[in-house]
Amino acid sequence: MIKLIVQLSSPSLLRSVSVDLNNDSSLLIDIPDALCERDKVKFTVHTKTTLNSFQKPDFSVSRQHEDFIWLHDTLVETEEYAGLIIPPAPPKPDFESPREKMHKLGEGEATMTKEEYTKMKQELEAEYLAVFKKTVQVHEIFLQRLSSHPNLSKDRNFQIFLEYDQDLSVRRKNAKEMFGGFFKNMVKSADEVLISGIKDVDEFFEQEKTFLLDYFSKIKDSTAKAEKMTRSHKNVADDYIHISATLNSIAADDNTALKQHLEKFAELLEKLRKVEGRVASDQELKLTELLRYYMRDIQAAKDLLYRRARALADYENSNKALDKARLKSKDVAQAEENQKQCLLKFDKLSESGKKELTSFKGRRVVAFRKNLIEMAELEIKHAKQCVILHSTCIDLMDSSFIFAVVQVRGRR
Amino acid sequence: MSLGSVRNPPPFLDSEDQEPEYDTGDLDSDDGEEIFTGTSNKPFVSTPPETDPSSDIFSEEGSYTVQKHTAPKTNGVQSDEELDLFAEATVELTLTAPNSRGRKEIIGPTEPLSTTVNTHGKLHVANTSNKPSEEVEEEESGDTFELNIAVTNPEKMGDGMNAYMTYKVSTQTTLPAFRSKTFSVRRRFSDFLGLYEKLSVKYNLMGCIIPPPPQKSVVGMTKVKVGKEDPSSAEFVEKRRAALERYLQRVVSHPALLQDSDVQEFLEREELPRAVNTQALSGSGFLKMINKASDAVNKMTIKMNESDNWFESKLQEVENEEQLLRRLHASVDSLVNHRKELCSNTAMFAKSVAMLGSSEENSALSRALSQLAEVEDKLEQLHQEQAFSDFFTLTELLADYLRLLGAVRGCFEQRMKAWQRWQEAQSTLQKKREAEAKLLWSNKPDKLQQAKEDITEWEAKVGQCERDFERISSTLRKEVHRFEKEKCRDFKHHIVKYLESLLRSQHRLVKCWEAFLPEAKAIV
Repeated sequence: MIKLIVQLSSPSLLRSVSVDLNNDSSLLIDIPDALCERDKVKFTVHTKTTLNSFQKPDFSVSRQHEDFIWLHDTLVETEEYAGLIIPPAPPKPDFESPREKMHKLGEGEATMTKEEYTKMKQELEAEYLAVFKKTVQVHEIFLQRLSSHPNLSKDRNFQIFLEYDQDLSVRRKNAKEMFGGFFKNMVKSADEVLISGIKDVDEFFEQEKTFLLDYFSKIKDSTAKAEKMTRSHKNVADDYIHISATLNSIAADDNTALKQHLEKFAELLEKLRKVEGRVASDQELKLTELLRYYMRDIQAAKDLLYRRARALADYENSNKALDKARLKSKDVAQAEENQKQCLLKFDKLSESGKKELTSFKGRRVVAFRKNLIEMAELEIKHAKQCVILHSTCIDLMDSSFIFAVVQVRGRR
Repeated sequence: MSLGSVRNPPPFLDSEDQEPEYDTGDLDSDDGEEIFTGTSNKPFVSTPPETDPSSDIFSEEGSYTVQKHTAPKTNGVQSDEELDLFAEATVELTLTAPNSRGRKEIIGPTEPLSTTVNTHGKLHVANTSNKPSEEVEEEESGDTFELNIAVTNPEKMGDGMNAYMTYKVSTQTTLPAFRSKTFSVRRRFSDFLGLYEKLSVKYNLMGCIIPPPPQKSVVGMTKVKVGKEDPSSAEFVEKRRAALERYLQRVVSHPALLQDSDVQEFLEREELPRAVNTQALSGSGFLKMINKASDAVNKMTIKMNESDNWFESKLQEVENEEQLLRRLHASVDSLVNHRKELCSNTAMFAKSVAMLGSSEENSALSRALSQLAEVEDKLEQLHQEQAFSDFFTLTELLADYLRLLGAVRGCFEQRMKAWQRWQEAQSTLQKKREAEAKLLWSNKPDKLQQAKEDITEWEAKVGQCERDFERISSTLRKEVHRFEKEKCRDFKHHIVKYLESLLRSQHRLVKCWEAFLPEAKAIV
């Protein structure tokens, strides 16, 4: 299909989600380019490091989306990180929307003028590119969050991901893992019931649980509505293309003084639609993408709570087992040991969980603030630009009246 | 001399007091010449014109010269006028009776009136009378009359399936033809259609372009009848009311129609007889459909020997334009729909963000999110108004002109029919002559007399048909010019109006976001 190579320069400017990068440059990761081949996207993951654990200080590998998912799932399943919020996995690259539109455009080609068709095609190509850039960003952010996390950055699998210069698919295609994933999902839904039913002794976690559950559902709803809204905005911008093109056709045939007006109007609409398109995409980036990202992040926070709840359940079970063992006077030492381990695990989880969740709060507020400010500023900028465009056009139209008067007066 | 010396008529509307009446929009650079010289350069005559095809239309009251009545086009939006019912509905006409004054008059074949529309939707009828020489003063020499029409107050009468809406048609005028200066009547939709029917019958054969009324809508009306109080039926009524108002304004801006007794009766008379033949499922309705069908067939079979290329090329222009306007109308319609969608999606989003804000634990962020919800709410309103403006300023304008172009095409068809009648009369005459020749040869004196009478009769008919055809041709030509000027003005006005509405909403957009920004910055 389409072979698209994207060079991204200074993507941090475009990024909507701020990543708490510790200014430690010992491990720097970025995705400088990506290749889109048929349905697969191949990312070039580039690492620069001063750490000895890596073989080379500067190297790149090619990775697919499935590799990222593998890395994420592996981290989630690692016991050691049970008390951490694992950064959410990047979503699958989705080119469905622009592809569908391109298809429809192809079908409707006969009904539009060449100019119209070219413009629509350009718009769609830009849209395609935007989706592409976004998916690259999302994958990049995932890796950068890992690299800036004190614990996760040292993970062995993470290192393999960054360094292993062969195809990772061998490691991925493990049937057991796939099964494991399915089972995990089932357990997760049981978890939801688990934690929403029990009231936590710890005040902090109780509050967090209530807040996160409620907030998640609301932010999920907001994300969906924001998506619809930005899509409508895009539709309006696209309509301007059609109107502008038709006006130009009419102006071409017109021989009266109306011709100039129509042409100016068409020109204005053409400029307008670019601005409107930018408004829509800025909104998408700053608002919708923000909501979408934090929705996933909150899910990751919820996962932490589930793991803690499971650890608690384990601890309580171990207590029961200990009591039973004491009753039967069999395997007491083992049961005691088990109980001690469970308690240890639970405490560790709670402690690290608290830390993670607190820092998550701060992170979230900062990100919201940044994006809302940027969005408001962009909206103002675009609206002011529109104001200028409109006033200029109106002035041009009115001035042609005055011009005509002067002409007539001159005759006298 | 110069246009500046046009004596301004006593302004009718108070709001126009201060403005020097000067319509710059009328002076299109390319047809500036035409305004003053008309299509034909007749020498300056100081006697009233006689048998002028166009002045026939102006009937008994003698010859008229219609003076230019101009209003300024100011940049940007004009200051708000007082809540005058007629603020949006002015049609100003000026008529002069040159015989009553002794000043230098512009006399001669008058150009049909062209209307100008300024930024507030007032229709000004401007003069395009000919000035044979540049120095002729275009002086205001007669009384100026005005006619303002408004259609308001839709009211539902009756109920169930027999219910109907009536509209108040109010007129303000200084024309002597009417009994009083201000009056109003209630009319229902079928009355408007009835008026159109009457005017068509009278003027179709003359080549005048009669503005068509808004379309019937069985679906829309049924909803209203059933009594559903939902916003879509309110929208339908408003759409219809506005359309009826524009229809009447177009009718009275046509000089011939203004003088028409049917029009005057429509405006003035308390009770009008029910126009039954406008019902869709009536006998006359069917008749009309059949006529239309046969017309279509005829059109395909008539091949006219066009002596004047102007008509052929103009018809082609009209047909092309119709096609393009149709496409534009569809695009603008789609814009309106998408904007409405944007509006409802924004509303849903606003609600969702409000909910999110309420469950947010950080108080500053929570406040900011609620503010965001409010901003989005305001945006929704903005979008709603913009969609409204899109619709009424652009979509309806285009729909009106599609119908008007249809009427123009109809006039061309009438002309073709007139030509056809002439040809048929000629061929009948030919036959009669041949018959006479045969009779001469066969020597039957009694039948000969009959034949000679026939010939005379048909010669007269041929002459009549030819005159009709010539007349319809020249009227049509003038009408098309007038129509084009009006269209030019109408479009310009509406484009500017639309741009101004876009400008206003962008201004408000800026304000909304500027108000939000400090809230976002206050997040801690």
